[in-house]
Amino acid sequence: MPEQANIVLPEGSLEKQTTRLNLGPTHPATHGVFQNILEMDGERIIKAESTVGYIHRAFEKLAERRPLYQITTLTDRLNYCSAPLNNMGWHMTCEKLLGVKTPKRVDYLRVIIMELSRISDHLICNSIVGVDTGAYTGFLYVMQYRELIYEIYEEVCGSRLTTNMGRIGGFERNFSNTAFQKIEQFLEEFPKVWKEFENLFMRNRIFIERTKGTGAISAERALNYSFTGPNLRAAGIDYDVRVHAPYSSYEDFDFIIPIGTTGDNYDRFMVRGEEVWQSLSIIRQAYEKVQSFKGVDADVYHADAPEYYLPAKADVYTKMEALIYHFKIVMGETEIPVGEVYHSIEGANGELGFYLVSDGGRTPYRLHFRRPCFIYYQAYEEIVSNTMLSDAIITLSSLNLIAGEMDA
Amino acid sequence: MSITRDYIKEKLNAQFGDGIISWNDASDILTIEVKPELNLKVLTFLHDEPTLGFQFLTDLTGIHFPDKTGAEIGVIYHVHNLKENVRLRVKIFVPIQKPDVYTATGLYSGANWMERETFDFYGINFIGHPNLKRVLNVDEMDYHPLRKEFPLEDQTRIDKDDEMFGR
Repeated sequence: MPEQANIVLPEGSLEKQTTRLNLGPTHPATHGVFQNILEMDGERIIKAESTVGYIHRAFEKLAERRPLYQITTLTDRLNYCSAPLNNMGWHMTCEKLLGVKTPKRVDYLRVIIMELSRISDHLICNSIVGVDTGAYTGFLYVMQYRELIYEIYEEVCGSRLTTNMGRIGGFERNFSNTAFQKIEQFLEEFPKVWKEFENLFMRNRIFIERTKGTGAISAERALNYSFTGPNLRAAGIDYDVRVHAPYSSYEDFDFIIPIGTTGDNYDRFMVRGEEVWQSLSIIRQAYEKVQSFKGVDADVYHADAPEYYLPAKADVYTKMEALIYHFKIVMGETEIPVGEVYHSIEGANGELGFYLVSDGGRTPYRLHFRRPCFIYYQAYEEIVSNTMLSDAIITLSSLNLIAGEMDA
Repeated sequence: MSITRDYIKEKLNAQFGDGIISWNDASDILTIEVKPELNLKVLTFLHDEPTLGFQFLTDLTGIHFPDKTGAEIGVIYHVHNLKENVRLRVKIFVPIQKPDVYTATGLYSGANWMERETFDFYGINFIGHPNLKRVLNVDEMDYHPLRKEFPLEDQTRIDKDDEMFGR
């Protein structure tokens, strides 16, 4: 007699009775802390309900008590897979409010760092899609190049994951020779590895069958859901903040916006893959531009904005102005103009916006982060309805949900 | 061709006239403040009028000015015309005793969670919202933490003097 004979199931239960399944909040396949309550009919999802907020840290409230330069550490913890992007976006927002103009060399150095973080973010996302379809190898293989990117961060700012990189007006110090060497090494070695990684997946029949046609969203729905970034581009809309509202001298670079057609998991994977190639080309161009600066220009790494940029320590001890500015900046006594700005950058996940309202106080009166993750995750319920559970897992990772960005 | 700030102004002034409280041309994005009861009408007009085409809701958030009596709570929309690449900021202000605002979820699916977040932090009642409950904070919370009357730090602390080191 089978063991389950004493369990009474209603007749034809697969069709008539649905099961409630909790996916998350701590489930290895969700890659982050968020919950999905799935209404299942067998393996098919009838209805999904998402719950977020498990790691909400009240950044917007915290920011109302912090001077501008102390908010950079908060932005690290939004999308922690590409923290420098958030840092740079925040600095640029402050510069927009304060009217600081950055020199070209700073812009190009920022572009290098931003594109490196975009690569590291896409690299994680695409390899995790691989893991969720059952291919662990690619993930482990590309990790060593994320490590190299982190070493570059470390060389530039001293830390790896939550970088707190840069200052309002530029960087805290010039890039060292080691940093440039590591960038060169990355440009030299990574393309081969990425090609190999793509070869593992792009024409892989198992991968194609798992991803093609699953988790699709149409261009109209994606727009209506305020999708941005690779997820919107995979649906076929070529919106990229780097092109539509160039910041940090992106207008000086030559690159294309890859787009997909169907907005499914495969297209998202392909769009991110191609963006990595574009980022590599941008880094190469930026690196050449940085190297072409000669003489005094080659040592510029911050804007000439003494009111907002901390002076060198040696100057603080010897020069009166430097001492005054140092004191004023650290104590939050600098004049902050009254006004409101919205600045957005092309984050790795989409349009990362900062809406900053200043009343002239030392801290923002109101700061709102437009977090692309938070905005497009609400479409998940719609995307996964009437799909299989195993497809929903891939959709979750191919949307590139970062819990830190979702919950702010 | 790109639609100019003057064209947007002309169009909206012709359509809403007295409903418009003010324009701010000096800001980085053209900003319009309208009467709170008109928010949905203005957004719908911006969305549906073919020559304007602000069909993308970039951001929706709230703000609290305790000193603006009768208009303490604000809702700020950032809309974007992706084709022409023009942004517009729409603001409305409502009294804190009755923070009722029409929902934009019918127009933009993406407004759903953005409005839930704004409700969560500012207590703005979005009339007609399909699922207006807290999204980031716990459901049991009985206050709206981004309002200015809720201090970030413990107010019993006496070692910090706001006179000297306040915001």
